[in-house]
Amino acid sequence: MLKQVEGSHAVAEAVALCRPEVICAYPITPQTHIVEGLGELVKAGHIKDCKYINVESEFAALSVAIGSSAAGARSYTATSSQGLLFMAEAVYNASGLGLPIVMTLGNRAIGAPLNIWNDHSDAMSLRDAGWIQLFAENNQEAIDLHIQAFRIAEDISCPVMVCVDGFILTHAVEQVDVPDQKQVDAYLPAFVPAVVLDPKAPASVGALVGPEAFTEVRYLDHKKQLRAFDAIDRASTAFKSVFGREAGGFIRSYHTKDAETVIVAMGSVIGTLKDMIDEKRKQGHKIGLVSICTFRPFPTAEVGAALKDAKHVIVLEKSLASGQGGVLAAHVRAGLHEAIPLTTLIAGLGGRPIPKNALSEFVEKIGIPSSDELHFLDLKQDIVDGELKKTEEERNARLRNGAARGR
Amino acid sequence: MKNTQANPKGIYTISNRLGDQANRAVQASEDRPNSLTSGHRACQGCGEALGARIVVDAALRAAKGQIIVVNATGCLEVFSTPYPETAWQTAWVHSLFGNAPAVATGVAAAMEVKGRGNVRVLAQGGDGSTTDIGFGCLSGMFERNDDVLYVCYDNQAYMNTGVQRSSATPPTARTATTPPVGSEPGNVFGTGKNVPLIAMAHQIPYVATATVADVQDLEAKVFKAMSMRGARYLHVLVPCPLGWGSPPRETINLARLAVQCGLFPLFEAENGTVTRATKIRQPVPVENYLKPQRRFAHLFKGGKPVDDRLARMQEMADANISRFNLLGHEETCK
Amino acid sequence: MKPFATVLEVGTSLNNHTGSWRTERPSYAHRLPPCNNACPAGENIQEWLSLAEQEKYEEAWREIVKNNPFPAIMGRVCYHPCENACNRVTIESPVGINSVERFLGDKAIRDKWAFDRPAAKSGKKVLVIGAGPAGLSAAYHLARLGHKVTVKESLKKAGGMLRYGIPQYRLPRKILDAEIKRIVDYGVELEVNKKVTNLAEVVESKAFDAVFLSVGAHIAKLTEFPTSPRSRVLDAVAVLRDMENREKPKLGKRVVVYGGGNTAMDVARTAKRLGAKEVTIVYRRTREKMPAHSFEIDEALQEGIKIKFLVTIKKYQNKKLTLGKMALDAKGYPQPTGKNETMETDCIVLALGQDSDLALLEKFPGLEIADGALKVDSRMMTSHAGVFAGGDMIPFERTATTGVGHGKKAARSIDAWLRKVEQPATEKHPLATAERLNKWYYAEVSENKRKLIDIAHRTKTFDEVQLGLSEAEALNESRRCLSCGNCFECDNCYGVCPDNAIRKLGAGKGFKIDYDYCKGCGLCAAECPCGCIEMTPEDI
Repeated sequence: MLKQVEGSHAVAEAVALCRPEVICAYPITPQTHIVEGLGELVKAGHIKDCKYINVESEFAALSVAIGSSAAGARSYTATSSQGLLFMAEAVYNASGLGLPIVMTLGNRAIGAPLNIWNDHSDAMSLRDAGWIQLFAENNQEAIDLHIQAFRIAEDISCPVMVCVDGFILTHAVEQVDVPDQKQVDAYLPAFVPAVVLDPKAPASVGALVGPEAFTEVRYLDHKKQLRAFDAIDRASTAFKSVFGREAGGFIRSYHTKDAETVIVAMGSVIGTLKDMIDEKRKQGHKIGLVSICTFRPFPTAEVGAALKDAKHVIVLEKSLASGQGGVLAAHVRAGLHEAIPLTTLIAGLGGRPIPKNALSEFVEKIGIPSSDELHFLDLKQDIVDGELKKTEEERNARLRNGAARGR
Repeated sequence: MKNTQANPKGIYTISNRLGDQANRAVQASEDRPNSLTSGHRACQGCGEALGARIVVDAALRAAKGQIIVVNATGCLEVFSTPYPETAWQTAWVHSLFGNAPAVATGVAAAMEVKGRGNVRVLAQGGDGSTTDIGFGCLSGMFERNDDVLYVCYDNQAYMNTGVQRSSATPPTARTATTPPVGSEPGNVFGTGKNVPLIAMAHQIPYVATATVADVQDLEAKVFKAMSMRGARYLHVLVPCPLGWGSPPRETINLARLAVQCGLFPLFEAENGTVTRATKIRQPVPVENYLKPQRRFAHLFKGGKPVDDRLARMQEMADANISRFNLLGHEETCK
Repeated sequence: MKPFATVLEVGTSLNNHTGSWRTERPSYAHRLPPCNNACPAGENIQEWLSLAEQEKYEEAWREIVKNNPFPAIMGRVCYHPCENACNRVTIESPVGINSVERFLGDKAIRDKWAFDRPAAKSGKKVLVIGAGPAGLSAAYHLARLGHKVTVKESLKKAGGMLRYGIPQYRLPRKILDAEIKRIVDYGVELEVNKKVTNLAEVVESKAFDAVFLSVGAHIAKLTEFPTSPRSRVLDAVAVLRDMENREKPKLGKRVVVYGGGNTAMDVARTAKRLGAKEVTIVYRRTREKMPAHSFEIDEALQEGIKIKFLVTIKKYQNKKLTLGKMALDAKGYPQPTGKNETMETDCIVLALGQDSDLALLEKFPGLEIADGALKVDSRMMTSHAGVFAGGDMIPFERTATTGVGHGKKAARSIDAWLRKVEQPATEKHPLATAERLNKWYYAEVSENKRKLIDIAHRTKTFDEVQLGLSEAEALNESRRCLSCGNCFECDNCYGVCPDNAIRKLGAGKGFKIDYDYCKGCGLCAAECPCGCIEMTPEDI
């Protein structure tokens, strides 16, 4: 059914259609509207046999979900930014215990300084926590990925994080096609947990594992992520046959066939990029786009194949590994022929707009460089230069003072 | 105690062959569950291993075997489930150090939505996970009145990591992080957290304290807790030979002395009000309790108190005795 | 499939045998309870108390009579060294063992319980000379062991000092008769008024395969002091013996008893009951030194008997008794002061101890006799093979219970001697001392004491002074037993083992330690209330 709704509410409706049994709610901007929506749906009786729990922290939110999932209930929670970091320990724990929890991450920057707006720092910070990470391009895909997420998670007993850009998607009112319950029921089988806490068949879950077996445990975790490719593929193929539209999968290519410059990105910026590419193509530029939907497990081979004929790759990403560069860029580089130069373009940090014009200008200006470069879109160079200069002067003054006191 | 119908022999032992056989302690029954079975790696004379078996066995009996146990990280978890051996004979899950109450909430929620309310949830952890790192989750579980019995096995320090101070460590106690040096040796006075009283402040249905020195009392409190729904809290003193510096065979005696000297009052509270406090049967000065423990050795020199710290410990005990009316004759206290 | 390593099957820790950690090994011991240790009759008191506390009264009685055929008698006249030894005194007061024994003995008489069937007939004949407690006990035990026993008694009735020394107010004769009758009914041949005057004749006749001598000590010791012809000086043995005649002795209104033992108390209290207005016990030392049991002295005093301490009899002439005053010297011995006092009395009864009449041994050479007592070896056998002796005639503490013990011991020795087998050496377990108890577990429970009849009644009649316990009281009293040194299945060890290393074998079967898992922490031993678990170092 086509609806004009806020992204968060669309996600809430999608989650509701998945018949969750336990929902853990703790407020943090920008995911708050999702759990608010779910709270209302549960309280009003639109979600049957579901326990909605207002917890005292994100750490508790995921911990409650760990408990309910381990006890065999389909479990869901949502968070953002600091909240994700506050639950970090539990994030690793949920995947270590193989619990198919689905969590929405309303992507947001991480402080300090405090910032409530969108970027991908939160998702990137826990990219190695053993979760599957899916990125939604728009609100329709946000809906569709949540429905797929439960299926993937329960298929291979692995938690799934659906990343939805904060504000840009969560707070945007768009027209979406919300599936009906019958369709979702046809797509998503009942939850049959691989391991479940049950007094009738008792087991000890969460043992202490020493050096003699820890490597094997981790190897198996890795294998599980690799097996997830099949699960993701199955989920997205089946999705198309049930719902009649494409969603999910690993990557999507846009005009890459003859492209010399290919931009790689993920999340809501894809829309802007497509518009920009359409304009550029009209002007005769051979430019294309690869959008990443599945960040974990990272489809290195698919990305490499999609980029093999490019002369220049620009990775546009909303996160920065300080002291290293682009996180997504490093992943892309791993799949890329070494002769192809890769430009990392850090953009949209802490909610900075990514205007089409600025992107267009950047692509124009950089041309095809001979080697890898790192750029920050729309960086206010005078401010950072001034700040760097001031810092250096202050540091020198402190050193002089210290030296004088030392005597 | 007189010879009575319930206890014809007038004894305080775990069982009594003359007593009512149907009502004998779980720990006295041949077919007790042994939820924490042999082969676990707890130290000799471990109070926590004993306390956990008593509690979980009783809970299993009360819930007709339908129990899921959620365990915080700590000694109990480490010594009971080192791969490839688990000592648990019940459904059991360990997640993290600080989240056992929340995980338990999740398990209880799952059971509720699945219409399996007969499956009861018991969460447990040491004093570190309960009074410190997991305290936020515990408080959350309490205030939501989630249907969980949480049991704290209090051995008064972080034993698993090598005896560091927790907020349950008593004043003057030597730990690795409160060494017996300086002007105020050991743990300082005026610190610490009384979680049973804090639990009461949440107005939860049931709060009780107990020790491994009185198996019937401990079991009775588990049964009482299990007869109720909602958040329930049981705080069990479990001496630790390693951390306390006491011979393994003294574990129960020390728990007993802790109660008899007044430092560890035994009481029950319902909905925020104390309903019963156990009278001290054989009052002893705190010295009798402290002296056999090496963690308090620095309080004494040549058998005599070094300074007024022993007297201050006695004041703490006396305050408990007066607060809970531990020497009075009335059955209940206000 | 369960995730590797993080999910484990239940109970697999049983693969980890923590018993290898142990440096000390607990084990269940059987220690000798102090009551059993103190009992001159060798009763297994703890065992019969444990049966009694389970209301298995008949089984309890059967346990007593394995060692002592006189529970009703001993439940009255025994001075219960068991209670003096009882560890319960460290909690509040000893278990009233004697009163429970009496309850069981009385119940046995009332319910007409008979002894267990004796062993198969041995074909051997044994003569017992003297039907006192030692003789009757020997006769009973020999009969139980399958021998044909004949008891020859010089007096009119069987019982020895139980009848002719202990007043009826302490031992009603119907009780005495009932327990003797049970022995006669058991097949023991009792011949009264049959004084054996010459042991040599008996032995030479070869009518018997063995002989047990137990003639007792019925000759009063006397002392000399000036008297006048009309002064009546009697001896306590004769007075108490004559009490069994229809004609009771006439002692007068004022009676002085000379001596400080239990016999002195008995005769003084008898005099009071015979109508004497003034009964005075005269004793040369102090109360602390008096051989009589304290409760007997108390009961005598309650009945109005006076006691003069630190005096000796100088002379007794024309009803005037002159007493020499004594004083304790520096070492605490009484010494004459040279000062005298006088009093009037109608008679003096001497209660200065007894000797045995050993005339029957005169023509039987080779028996070792010292200080008027016959010597026996550890088997109770005299220096003549096949002749055994016990009771008051051998040098030992002279109490009825000791006699019963001698009778039992001699019977078992005679049995072994007749069957020509070695008596198995009985291994004595180490004593269950009070320090081994964990007293925390025992509540204070006050003793269920036997009541005494009122004083007015006491001083005028020979009715039994001390009443028995009711069944409820006896039951509660038996339940006060601490079971020192022997498991009573309180489940403490089973309950407190942090390693589940104790297996409970079921009611009455006790426990077993699983050394595969026992880490040797010692909690079971520390928390055992009765101290029946021992910790011993492991060989490492």
